Amino acid sequence: MFIMNTKTLLYILKRILLALVTVWVVITVTFFVMHAVPGGPFVGEKAITEAAQKALEAKYGLDKPLFTQYLTYLKDIVTKFDFGPSLKQRGRTVVQIIGDGMKTSVKIGLIAAVIALILGIVMGSFAALKRNTIADRIIMVLTTAFVSMPSFIMGSLLLVLFAVKLKILPANGAAAGGLILPVITLSLSPMAYITRLTRSSMLDVLGQDYIRTAKAKGVPPVRVIFGHALKNSLLPVITYFGPMLAYIVTGSLVVEQIFAVPGIGRAYITSITGRDYPMIMGTTIILAALIVIMNLLSDILYKIVDPRINLE
Amino acid sequence: MADKKKSFTMHIDVNDLLPATEEEKAYVVQMRPSTTFFKDGMKRLVKNRVAFVSLIIIVLITLSAIILPMVWPYSYEAMLGNRPGKPMDASFNNLKPFEYSRTEQRLIDAGESVFPHIFGTDAQGRDYFIRVVYGTRISLAVGFFASIIVLIIGTTVGAVSGYCGGKVDLVIMRIVDIIYSLPDMLMVILLASVLKQTLGAAIDGTVLASIGSNIISLFIVFGILYWVSMARLIRGQILSLREQEYVLAAQAAGASGGWIIKKHLLPNCMSVIFISVALQIPSAIFTESYLSFIGLGVNAPMPSLGSLASDALNGLTSYAYRMVIPAAVISLIVLSLNLFGDGLRDAFDPKLNT
Repeated sequence: MFIMNTKTLLYILKRILLALVTVWVVITVTFFVMHAVPGGPFVGEKAITEAAQKALEAKYGLDKPLFTQYLTYLKDIVTKFDFGPSLKQRGRTVVQIIGDGMKTSVKIGLIAAVIALILGIVMGSFAALKRNTIADRIIMVLTTAFVSMPSFIMGSLLLVLFAVKLKILPANGAAAGGLILPVITLSLSPMAYITRLTRSSMLDVLGQDYIRTAKAKGVPPVRVIFGHALKNSLLPVITYFGPMLAYIVTGSLVVEQIFAVPGIGRAYITSITGRDYPMIMGTTIILAALIVIMNLLSDILYKIVDPRINLE
Repeated sequence: MADKKKSFTMHIDVNDLLPATEEEKAYVVQMRPSTTFFKDGMKRLVKNRVAFVSLIIIVLITLSAIILPMVWPYSYEAMLGNRPGKPMDASFNNLKPFEYSRTEQRLIDAGESVFPHIFGTDAQGRDYFIRVVYGTRISLAVGFFASIIVLIIGTTVGAVSGYCGGKVDLVIMRIVDIIYSLPDMLMVILLASVLKQTLGAAIDGTVLASIGSNIISLFIVFGILYWVSMARLIRGQILSLREQEYVLAAQAAGASGGWIIKKHLLPNCMSVIFISVALQIPSAIFTESYLSFIGLGVNAPMPSLGSLASDALNGLTSYAYRMVIPAAVISLIVLSLNLFGDGLRDAFDPKLNT
């Protein structure tokens, strides 16, 4: 079914190379930007003696030349997946902290993504089939509003409505059922986007000749929609996987802040305000790599499923 | 005079040579006057009701954000309870909408008129309405100037890349590819958090210090990261335009590359540039408010819509409206700018319509 010609293969190789270069650029930029901060990570700590500062810097390898530090940092990441120790949470490594935070964040993110996909596809197809009816109009107006509403606004409004005014859902993410509001917040905007995407591509597909042929030869309408139309109209949705992940990752930074969810986003913001440099670097690199890989996968998948597409 | 016309003889009807009457002239007049590209687009834009209403909303918000702080009796940073020579008056803090502090109430009872606090005051006794207005002004200004920066860098790079082609194009486009695939928000947060500390000392005492290190770092971040999609767009346009005959003619006449780009190619990309700037502004406003919300935006006490919403998180249970108001304003601005941008695209570039 999926025949890969040389051109597709070349395209995939090129994309993988670009992704690798991107991740390397992220690591390099993050490293040098972080080390450009005047004074280094220990300035502003409680008064420490010069000797203690020297000892600390020696311990974290900060006394070596910058480029040597960079090479060590790069080597540790590539060979051992080691991002060094956290400066503020003594005794824990960055990877441990991120791993802990990831458990909650991945759960929220995945549930939100699945909800967005299912509801988006259902609502999008529904709107396309009922084109220009009141239901379609309502769906389009709502999705327009949701797409352009920033995640932190959405989260705050949901918090005010459900946790403060109606008091039916907890405001704290650590409480029982506390993850419901964060999940809703994160899923609304991708859901609206998928709805619009599905609707427009479904409308496109419904006008195609093969749909008319299927109808003409007496295929029942349900089979036309599910067997012929839906399958083909879902192709563009694949390209949205990457951007959706990016949205959920950046959205989770504020959503976890709003709802006090103990996830990776909150750890990230805490490390920024606390100037925990290894933590900031590690989280930025891991999240960035995640987004780059997801973009890569969704582009490749799209190209394999539909080789006609020229993504250049 | 019914005789047949004979060929090879001249039968001139003298009436044909008389000046045309007004009635006859009316035939020649075009029924529809010729229109320019701009007028044509404007006509379509005005017909698009959604875009037109959005435009009116944007203009109203912008005007009030500019004018209201000039005429309002309260300033965005004045803590009303703090008066020189008097003890701190805590009754000014956390007023509900249209509520008055004890001091003001006494004045009103004495027959004086006191300007109401439409949205009440915040925890430090600052008039909340003017803070929202001022925050709107900051957000709009940041969005506008960030878009201008993106416009200048993106257009220059895109035009040079598209016009030169060859190796220059190849190198520039690889750089664009890499920046384009960087996760923008994470990089923005990273750069903003670092620049916030680096810039603060560097600009201290200069004119720039009054703008605040955070806003400047925001502009720098935009200048570094967000020009790439504009550059791609312009490059694509220039690539197709430079094959036109008038470019060849200009080259033959001895025009230099810069002249051709400035005088021939860019004016023809104007509609694309215009539209993408209109769509860039809401995304810049969004980024600014996002950064302000996580504490990397404008410097206190300057408000922006994002930082107002962020501040409101603390007193959410009792003062939920303080969150709802900036949230509503920001959604309204972003939504109407987006809808207006879409309308602009439909009106001026029907080909781009997807």
